[in-house]
Amino acid sequence: MRDVAVVSFAQMPSVRREAQRNEVEMIGPVVQSAIERSGIGRKEIGFTVSGSSDYLAGQPFSFVMALDAVGAWPPIRESHVEMDGAWALYEAWVRLQHGDINSALVYAFGKSSPGSVRDLMALQLDPYCVAPLWPDAISLAALQARALLDRGDYSERDFAEVASRGRAAARDNPNSQVTGGADIDALLGEPYVASPLRRHACPPISDGAAAVVLAAEDTARRVCERPAWIRGIDHRIEPAALGVRDLTSSPSAELAAANAGVADGGVDVAELHAPFAHQELILRDALGLADGVAINPSGGALTANPLMVAGLIRIGEAAQRLIDGDATRAAAHATSGPCLQQNLVCVMETKQ
Amino acid sequence: MSELCAVVGVGQTQHSAKRDDVSIPGLVREAALRALDDAGMTFADIDAVVLGKAPDMFEGVMMPELYLADALGASGKPMLRVHTAGSVGGSTALVAASLIQAGVHGRVLCVAFEKQSESNATWAVTPSMPFQPPVVAGAGGYFTPHIRAYMKRSGAPPDVGIKVALKDRLNAIRNPYAHLHMPDITYEMIEESAMLWEPIRFHETCPSSDGACAMVLTSESIADATSKPPAWVWSTAMRSEPTMFSGRDQVNPQAGRDCAADVYEQAGITNPREEIDVAEVYVPFSWFEPMWMENLGFAPLGEGWKMTVEGATAFDGDLPINPSGGVLSSNPIGASGMLRFAEAALQVRGQAGEHQVPGAKKALGHAYGGGSQFFAMWIVGSDKPEGR
Amino acid sequence: MTERIVGIKTPIKLEYTYTPGLASSRYLNGVARGKLIGQRCPECSKVYVPARGCCPACGVTLGEEVEVAQSGTITTFCVVNLPFYQAIKPPYVCASILLDGADMALFHLIQEVPAEEVRMGMRVEAVWVEPGELGPTMESIRYFRPTGEPDADYDSYKEHL
Repeated sequence: MRDVAVVSFAQMPSVRREAQRNEVEMIGPVVQSAIERSGIGRKEIGFTVSGSSDYLAGQPFSFVMALDAVGAWPPIRESHVEMDGAWALYEAWVRLQHGDINSALVYAFGKSSPGSVRDLMALQLDPYCVAPLWPDAISLAALQARALLDRGDYSERDFAEVASRGRAAARDNPNSQVTGGADIDALLGEPYVASPLRRHACPPISDGAAAVVLAAEDTARRVCERPAWIRGIDHRIEPAALGVRDLTSSPSAELAAANAGVADGGVDVAELHAPFAHQELILRDALGLADGVAINPSGGALTANPLMVAGLIRIGEAAQRLIDGDATRAAAHATSGPCLQQNLVCVMETKQ
Repeated sequence: MSELCAVVGVGQTQHSAKRDDVSIPGLVREAALRALDDAGMTFADIDAVVLGKAPDMFEGVMMPELYLADALGASGKPMLRVHTAGSVGGSTALVAASLIQAGVHGRVLCVAFEKQSESNATWAVTPSMPFQPPVVAGAGGYFTPHIRAYMKRSGAPPDVGIKVALKDRLNAIRNPYAHLHMPDITYEMIEESAMLWEPIRFHETCPSSDGACAMVLTSESIADATSKPPAWVWSTAMRSEPTMFSGRDQVNPQAGRDCAADVYEQAGITNPREEIDVAEVYVPFSWFEPMWMENLGFAPLGEGWKMTVEGATAFDGDLPINPSGGVLSSNPIGASGMLRFAEAALQVRGQAGEHQVPGAKKALGHAYGGGSQFFAMWIVGSDKPEGR
Repeated sequence: MTERIVGIKTPIKLEYTYTPGLASSRYLNGVARGKLIGQRCPECSKVYVPARGCCPACGVTLGEEVEVAQSGTITTFCVVNLPFYQAIKPPYVCASILLDGADMALFHLIQEVPAEEVRMGMRVEAVWVEPGELGPTMESIRYFRPTGEPDADYDSYKEHL
């Protein structure tokens, strides 16, 4: 495989409601920043690909207008996935393997504030037999959390510890949204949102945007002192019907991690896209992360969860630590669908 | 240098206004199973699945790749979901081809669909949005002003559109999967049909269809071992430009011209009109045939309509366009682009049945979307690309 | 033998609160005062009305506010013969209108003229709601109507088709 690296990353601070700017105005500065930081000229970018959701935006073809932020003139090679931007990054990585182009811009945007996300996500389910019952996103996650508790390996205190660590880490991250109290006993005193999930074990509702520039081989070496080289990237999906899955594990994340080569070396830092606290525990097991690994030093999706963007942010956050020289090997993860149905794992190293 | 890719299986559903005999999973499986059967494979042979469709609002299912993972045998595999507006079917095929060309996978199933009858498609495309002018005119309202501009620029006779519609509807009679089968169609019938968005008449517009299309793409060594002839992918290209900007040519968009130039150059084609035997081109409104003939470089600027009038684009013409009947005869939106790509593959495999263009060795598949701003194309051939 | 089910109704109702954005807000605030306000691209100098935040060609944030004329030229149009949802009786005309001083056409309704008399190059002007009804909404302009001026020369707008 051709060596491809993340050479720059930019994001806007996640907020509960971006009431001033529309999607184009959110993306514009983020894309401009990622391109400037990359040291690659806008017109030199060989491929552009984005991730977003029409249902989130509440309008069909919402990605079309977003193209205004990119300056797609003269015409560009461009594609779009109706998925989290992490999968757009995957498409860009695949495209860079062809060998004819040497850089790619990946961006993602998601405004959760215009509608009711908790209800909206029910539309991801079987439209004939499940969606009409409107099972909300938090309740489905709570089913998974209950199953995990019943298995006996984890307790609600473990959920609170995940949240506490995330909130503490988020204090150092100006892009995160929740940095509240991190006292575990206080967190455990909160009422349930959907038992066994309390407020702290659920993600905030966020508006956000992020962009990553990828470069191959010599181009990456030319523009970046320490490129975050992608050593392995893979993604897998599981059946949609919750009843046929063991919700207490994530075989798709496990398989993606194995294919991406997480275990081929020591991991310094892992950014796991776990919108719910218990999902971080499931993912830590699925990726086989050792105790010493710094998990979600950004604060993770529990402190900022712009849908369609949060997965790309995990890759960007992990890559940034390599680019900054704070780590040498990182694992990043993105998820999609109810209860971790679909998972992507990306392993990056500074080593040439 | 990227890996060689080939189409070894093609499948499509019966397209119709309302496929109420199948669910959404039933529809996509109908196409997928036919493609697998054509390839002599089962779901177990497939490494990855790529799904494409236009806006989720058409069926009321958000990110339906999640729900359809089981139906498409994707559990435990990579699954991608592409959405590039009307060009999505073509883009989906290109993303699938990219996985092969990159050497990531050996066998990829791509599927595109639309089941418009499950929702209200016109509502889904043009909901009344705040901050936009209160003018609801539908897709035709957007595109017919460009047709009028083309007529003015080219001086084309006013009935070129009628001739395109007649030709495509007659072609569709040869295609058992086509939505519209109108054996009695005549020039007069089209001319006398209701003027919807002047200058476009009812019979010059595409229908609204339920349908799906699927293809199995493989690497060279796997394609070499299949029993039926593969269609070899000679080149792929995609281009996009913004919806609106000052000075944008919306009749003959630069993105389309660039995309065509790219796909020809990669395939070593210098005279597309001579070297391409048949093309499946995305023509949702009749007048887009002459417009795209110019955009694709098949005709000089302002003369695309002459190809239609002179019969060059007819089934027995020197460059048959849409022998399957095209989008004017079947339009399951998300699948329409992939159908163009798949029909091109069928032609060079010699598998197009009654609408087979005799001796077709090289074919173009074309899709476009948005405000004539997203383009996806590929060229497929009976033989491997030269030098491979 | 049970009856085959070929469809079920599952109504979906979702409510969204849209954000017009900074650029559209400027435009809408202008409209509320009966003015058409666009913005100029700092790179290519083109004026967009209404602006949407970025210059689509340059990908940079638009700058200087520019008020443009309330009259312009029909670059192209279509006659709609289908009844859609608004309370306009077909046939009616939707047109791309290049306002004087703007560099990109906007799409709006043409009224006060029979559909068959509308033509490319026709000069038109905005017709507003009553002053008391003006607000920050697209509905503040009811439609455009012919001014009676001579048609614009094709060369003056052919780059905007």
